[in-house]
Amino acid sequence: MSNLNNLYTNAIVEHSKAPRNFHEPETANRKASGHNPLCGDKFNVFLYIDNTGIADIGFTGSGCAIATASASMMTEKLKGKTETEARAVFTQFIDLLTGCSDLQTDSILGELSIFSGVREYPARVKCATLIWYTLQAALDGQEGTVETE
Amino acid sequence: MIPETERTNSEANSKTNVEKIREQFPIFRHQDVRPLVYLDNASTTQKPQSVIDAIVHFYANECGNIHRGVHYLSERATESYERSRSKLRRFIHASSDNEIVFVRGATEGINLVAQTYGRTHVGHTDEILISAMEHHSNIVPWQLLCEEKGARLKIVPINASGEFIFEEFEKLIGPRTRLVAVTHVSNALGTVNPIRNIIRLAHQFQVPVLIDGAQSASHLPVDVSSLDCDFYTFSGHKMYGPTGIGVLYGKELILDSMPPYQGGGEMIRSVTFEKTRYQKLPHKFEAGTPNISGAIGMGAAVDFLQSVGMDSVFMHEQVLMAYGSKTLQTMDDVRMIGTAKEKASSLSFVIEGIHPHDIATVLDQNGIAIRAGHHCAQPVMDFFRIPATARVSFGLYNTREDIDALRLGLEKVREVFK
Repeated sequence: MSNLNNLYTNAIVEHSKAPRNFHEPETANRKASGHNPLCGDKFNVFLYIDNTGIADIGFTGSGCAIATASASMMTEKLKGKTETEARAVFTQFIDLLTGCSDLQTDSILGELSIFSGVREYPARVKCATLIWYTLQAALDGQEGTVETE
Repeated sequence: MIPETERTNSEANSKTNVEKIREQFPIFRHQDVRPLVYLDNASTTQKPQSVIDAIVHFYANECGNIHRGVHYLSERATESYERSRSKLRRFIHASSDNEIVFVRGATEGINLVAQTYGRTHVGHTDEILISAMEHHSNIVPWQLLCEEKGARLKIVPINASGEFIFEEFEKLIGPRTRLVAVTHVSNALGTVNPIRNIIRLAHQFQVPVLIDGAQSASHLPVDVSSLDCDFYTFSGHKMYGPTGIGVLYGKELILDSMPPYQGGGEMIRSVTFEKTRYQKLPHKFEAGTPNISGAIGMGAAVDFLQSVGMDSVFMHEQVLMAYGSKTLQTMDDVRMIGTAKEKASSLSFVIEGIHPHDIATVLDQNGIAIRAGHHCAQPVMDFFRIPATARVSFGLYNTREDIDALRLGLEKVREVFK
């Protein structure tokens, strides 16, 4: 069961059961949708971006515990960040999950680094990254649906 | 064959039989960490040593191309390949080897019928009838055909238990119906369809019927002559045989009247640039060098299934279905998806508040393989308003102990997500 604890950490289970920022902010001025046709996960990301950066962020949708926790923790991490900072977190997160790099000593991921356990489960990596690619689409102003599988 | 006397339902005997069967599967011997609990048989089954040996034997001893060489190896290969065809013919009680076409699997079998029979018999405003519980492979080939011909795909609905609504079928079939295509057993719900009645009614309208047998051939006895279906297709790998091989059964008269599927070698009698004459059945539909080792392996799988007996397989799995159902229903947060009166092969379920993928991952960590997802039946998921289900599906080597392990595994799932 030790392997499994790397995947379903307390934080991931807890966020999946009580996701933060799980709503559509009224002020949202950018949004994007993400869909994993293989498992049916569907999420929407909403951003309110003002001249300081991501002033508000929320998400809606449904998916597995990994996907939901990833979305919840993403919103906590990025609220108040500038777009540049958010994109830097995105890059580090994707690199960590897809095995492009190990966790760096100067990592800016913080608590998000617990998702490195997902690497042991290649079939589940897309669950964790879906919301992040959706975020990227929202930042880029693409309103279509991002698909991962 | 197992002697009749041993085929009692007595627990001890049936356990001994299952143990004997399990011993024939190398995958159950090579589990270093913990015993494998394999409950994903609707996706693919494990392979007995006899099937593996048949494939190895072909490549080691009689590898040659079929139907062309005059040399010894070619003759041996042809003989083995055609012997497998006869085994498959006997397995489903077809009347002639000409009715057994080797294809890549049930998917190709359906596509073959859509692209040959369908393209010549289905026209503008004609209708094709399928059910709401079909696998994507029995939906998409018909959609492609309908798009091309301007025909309409009509869907026989299912009820809340996941059963084919026969009264709706009676209303939908009519003078424009050109073909009915339904699954024998639903891969997402386990429902066994009343195909005998479906076929009988369709024939009253002179409408041929294709049965998707992917989820039935290894679970219950199939007799195409008695069913009187016009087409029946199934895959080798879901019945203890290799991947990449399957069978399309078609009534000889119908197959004979159909144009070829693919052009190439093997399927021709003579070729000039002006005119090509095609081979007789079944070779007309087997263009190119076929999956020879696959066909031989599928024949070995038939031998294996018949050594156990399809009646015994059915009875054994029905006991597991009942025990599995009962076990899952004792867990109060489990909701069964598909509660048809007649079920075979699979049990689908969801657990309140836990996504099926998370269930499957936690079970996997406990050595239990199940499937989670939409099972290539998204319309079924939409009908039940769920994104996915967890599905356990049985094979002849499964035991009550496997189901007990599943129950313990599900308790661990709850623990992780409590």
